[in-house]
Amino acid sequence: MAMLEAVETESALIFDTLVDASAAHPVTGYKAFNLGSFKLSRDEYFARIEWPAKGEQRSHLIPADAFLRAVMRDVAWGFFYGWVNFDHVVGTRNLYGKVDMYAGTFNGVLKAAGVDYTEQFETPQIMATFKAILRDWTNAGFDPFAAPSETGTAFGRKSGDNIEAIERFRVATRRMPGLKGDSPLRDDLPVNRHFADVAQDEPEVHASEGFEGQLHAFSLFKYLSRSDVSWNPSVTSVCGTSLFCPTTEEFILPIVHGNDRIEWFLQLSDEIVWDIGDKDDGNPRARITMRAGDICAMPADIRHQGYSTKRSMLLVWENATPNLPQRYESGELKPYPVEF
Amino acid sequence: MSTQPGFNTVFGSLVQYTKGTIELVTGKKSHYAFSNIFEVAAQSAPYEKVVVGLNLGYVIEAIRAEGTSPWFTCAHDEFVIAVDGIVRVDFLKLDAATAQGDGTQLAGELPKGRPMGYVLLKRGHQALLPAGCAYRFEASTPCVLLQQTVQGSLSIEKWADICLK
Repeated sequence: MAMLEAVETESALIFDTLVDASAAHPVTGYKAFNLGSFKLSRDEYFARIEWPAKGEQRSHLIPADAFLRAVMRDVAWGFFYGWVNFDHVVGTRNLYGKVDMYAGTFNGVLKAAGVDYTEQFETPQIMATFKAILRDWTNAGFDPFAAPSETGTAFGRKSGDNIEAIERFRVATRRMPGLKGDSPLRDDLPVNRHFADVAQDEPEVHASEGFEGQLHAFSLFKYLSRSDVSWNPSVTSVCGTSLFCPTTEEFILPIVHGNDRIEWFLQLSDEIVWDIGDKDDGNPRARITMRAGDICAMPADIRHQGYSTKRSMLLVWENATPNLPQRYESGELKPYPVEF
Repeated sequence: MSTQPGFNTVFGSLVQYTKGTIELVTGKKSHYAFSNIFEVAAQSAPYEKVVVGLNLGYVIEAIRAEGTSPWFTCAHDEFVIAVDGIVRVDFLKLDAATAQGDGTQLAGELPKGRPMGYVLLKRGHQALLPAGCAYRFEASTPCVLLQQTVQGSLSIEKWADICLK
């Protein structure tokens, strides 16, 4: 089920037996992992992904910091909607119960050359493996959920761990944060340094006698100013399967997201630049600059990656209706939302 | 003491916004349905519910709040976020919740019900508009609201007027 609030990844911990890990490397100290025919390893600077194609072993390197930021999002989001490209070569596609991992399959040149590879996994297996990689490869002092200027380095040989940082998950909200029995507000988290000027006053709620607790309001901007992670859409209001998932953004979205449905972005503060490419081959299509108040659709046939210099507030709007991927793929639904 | 300037968070408003851009490589700008909610609200009549986001029946509406709105009601939960100015929202527990189907509906001139109270929203504040209640907005100076709901009879689509082409 593709409901954002239904993401349940904790149970993956009990599937450690599904993880195929090596002993720690004698020099770097890191373990290597097999996932089907994929081999994943890291050294002082790079994550290395290897796969078979055309009878030979192929390989791809990703800087360790970028790789860990990408895997962090994929794990925290339970593989999210559609395609989560770690970069222009490697990524995952969520099939909601199963997950494809691919190398080169959605890169026009590699695909045409036949050197790409895709393998399908049961979600618990790939989740358990990705979590084991995060636990082993994230050193003390590096928070893969933070912006670069907020955290230490991902580079070097193995040095401690940061389990606390990688155990944060998407906030599950049923109706609206702060309601009785629903997800909490963030009064106990500090205001992010980039949002020190954001007003912290809450709305006034004056319930008449007999209606105490039935009116509900909170300061969304205060709530966002206290987000302790970047690029992590979290649900703040639920209208049927319409989910408002605002998030705070700084530096670069660590993945290139190719959605299996249309989503919308509404820039709530500051500015983000989005690189838009073709979902299948990655060719550039547009660069969109969004400033406060701008709203636009991300069509279902593109991939996107955002850049935000100052930490900014973004409303990501998702439609979590099941079966949308099939309806877009069959052509029943057009990839863009309106014609005018 | 640091002399480095702090960070300035830039929000938009009816009187001050800077619309972004699309640098197109291939395809059509219209496929991104790109608009700016402050520009939309600046060109709207008070409480006109202009659709700025549409996703298979679900909508985001940009609303210019100015003066007192009609009473609205809805069969399902809706949400409102004030993104500029100050707005008061009054709530009524309807004696008979009549709304059926999707989206916001008018609740009539003087709907029968018990006053539940009110909330005061400033910029960035979000309120729940619970299913089956009636609610009314009041703003002494023009301000801007975002509403999360389902497309209904009051929803107005005018994409060609508001979007980059």
